[in-house]
Amino acid sequence: MPEIIRNGRVEPDDWAESDILTLAQWRERRTQPPQPGERLAVRLEPADDPADLAAGVERLQLVAIHFPKFADGRGYSSAVLLRTRYGYRGELRAVGDVGRDQLFYLRRCGFDAFALAPHRDPHAALASLADFSLRYQGSVDDRTPLFRKRLAAGTARG
Amino acid sequence: MYRYDAYDRRIIDERVAQFRDQTRRYLAGELTDDEFRPLRLQNGLYVQRHAPMLRVAIPYGLLSSTQLRTLARIARTYDRGYGHFSTRQNLQYNWPSLETVPDILAELAEVEMHAIQTSGNCVRNITTDHFAGVAPDELVDPRAFAEILRQWSTFHPEFAYLPRKFKIALNGAVSDRAATFFHDIGLHFVRDAGGDVGIRVIVGGGMGRTPLIGQVIREFLPWQHMLTYVEAILRVYNRHGRRDNIYKARIKILVKALGIEEFARQVEAEWEATRDSPSVIPQEEYDRIAAHFTPPRYEQLPEHDVSFHQSLADSRAFSRWVERNVHAHRRPGYAAVTLSLKRTGAAPGDASAEQMDFVASLADHFSFGELRVSHEQNLILADVRKRDLFALWLEAKGAGLATPNIGLLTDIVACPGGDFCSLANAKSLPIAEAIQRRFDDLDYLHDIGEIDLNISGCMNSCGHHHVGHIGILGVDKNGSEWYQVSIGGAQGIHDDASLGHVIGPSFAAAEMPDVVEKLVATYLDQRTPEERFIDTVRRLGVAPFKQRVYGEARETAHA
Repeated sequence: MPEIIRNGRVEPDDWAESDILTLAQWRERRTQPPQPGERLAVRLEPADDPADLAAGVERLQLVAIHFPKFADGRGYSSAVLLRTRYGYRGELRAVGDVGRDQLFYLRRCGFDAFALAPHRDPHAALASLADFSLRYQGSVDDRTPLFRKRLAAGTARG
Repeated sequence: MYRYDAYDRRIIDERVAQFRDQTRRYLAGELTDDEFRPLRLQNGLYVQRHAPMLRVAIPYGLLSSTQLRTLARIARTYDRGYGHFSTRQNLQYNWPSLETVPDILAELAEVEMHAIQTSGNCVRNITTDHFAGVAPDELVDPRAFAEILRQWSTFHPEFAYLPRKFKIALNGAVSDRAATFFHDIGLHFVRDAGGDVGIRVIVGGGMGRTPLIGQVIREFLPWQHMLTYVEAILRVYNRHGRRDNIYKARIKILVKALGIEEFARQVEAEWEATRDSPSVIPQEEYDRIAAHFTPPRYEQLPEHDVSFHQSLADSRAFSRWVERNVHAHRRPGYAAVTLSLKRTGAAPGDASAEQMDFVASLADHFSFGELRVSHEQNLILADVRKRDLFALWLEAKGAGLATPNIGLLTDIVACPGGDFCSLANAKSLPIAEAIQRRFDDLDYLHDIGEIDLNISGCMNSCGHHHVGHIGILGVDKNGSEWYQVSIGGAQGIHDDASLGHVIGPSFAAAEMPDVVEKLVATYLDQRTPEERFIDTVRRLGVAPFKQRVYGEARETAHA
């Protein structure tokens, strides 16, 4: 079973690729009423609009955002929108051309799972989740910019 | 100027450690060239014609003398003893070796400097007016806002893989000295009738292959929303900017394709959804940052300094330098001074390690230990007492830094060109030098008056040729180097900003001094007493200039 990074640990992947719906398939599927115990996953391509997941978002256990090339950064904004605007709380996974040097930013944007490209070692990659201990700007992981923390610390000291 | 606190220091130190590890993995073969490329680029490291080129950020062009001495030491230790100040207020080293770059970054971090995001498809170094804080025509000091933007943009997780590079420039004065209409985002700080500070937001300007003048997307944005609004623009761009063609990937192409109204509608809709986020800037944060940019301890001085005026009367050379290189200051008895990096025979913007050390000592003696880099590739001492100007001039002259040519034809803006850059189609430095030699008579040069001459070695326009009153662009024709000439471009504000018009077929390198001389001669024949070169071009159009240049039969003309 392939391994993924999930919540900061390397784990076996419990999703088969064939279980993951395309956006078009999901649109079709969600017209049917929810089934007890259903497990639903959908995959977004870079050009897909995350707003299209808003309807029925609570039924999804996994959203996989595909990076055909790591330099195509649209998926970062898709993730932010899913987490902050469209109410998605399930597993958000980066798939495709994903390497350890993208993990820190991806996690900040709301991803909690990463399927690295097959030739990359997920165990070694874990270290890069901790590249920085501080962040200047707010994002999904922590919406409070550093300047508000500085002010709070200053006030506490003063 | 801004000084790091423990937070800033830790972030910069962690970056050095991260890049050291990335470099180690690359050298060990764990990262491919393709994987390492964006990582090194977001640390300002290019692979160039001869060696890697490292671009060091000089945030909004502000430097301390200590920082400049460190830049000099790095030039000596890791490079060949010089550096190149670029049109984006950065410093470039042309000869470092890849293995030493982590050490260079560690030395930079010691003096609160870095190379973060000086390249790559991310938000680049923030630039602003090199007279910020001292200019008499300033409405709002933009430096605190520039620092707030620097921090916000540093490692912004959502915008590290944009369709293309992204440049933001700020200006808070009546004159635009930051070319804000030619940036991806230009921010003009203004005051409303009640005195409140707001931002006129300009978007979609740029040079390159498709030069476009930016358009106003919002007339008055409350300053507290600077970050939320810029973030909304970037999100729309990140999602919808073109990624299929590198030449159509800048935000200007998206703005043009959608039209400014539709683009603005999308940005405003995004902003409506996010404007009340914690990224709204609190007054206390503005105050905390602005406290780093309070005026230095100026003396109370009379506006009129007797010894200064005596020197002006005594020395023609000094008064000529004052006329061009000394600028009005808001404090009585003070002036701002441009040290010219445009001496004939030296590459525009180049400074040797010795010159850097020397300028650092000038800054310590004459200008509170600080200096600025202008986007015209010169160095500025912003706070000099008028009574010290003569002594400063003598010292600067001795070091070859007092060429009295600021704003004149020989104050050429040029990229490193084909001598160094692997992107260039043609050399730019020998063209600059040949033109400087042709116009080395100071009386003639001063009589010609203000002309911005800009040279780019390729369409990437690092020499900003589109906004040169005379713009020169290196082009490749069947493997040989040719130069296309345009006139009538101008950086500026409102209706004053314009793009140059190409006058016709391109020229061989050897022809360029003659071509420039003919353009100048046309102007001298046709000008009214009050007109600058650009005014005459605007009044008469391109035709008379074109006729003068191409009028005589030219064997060498190429279509």
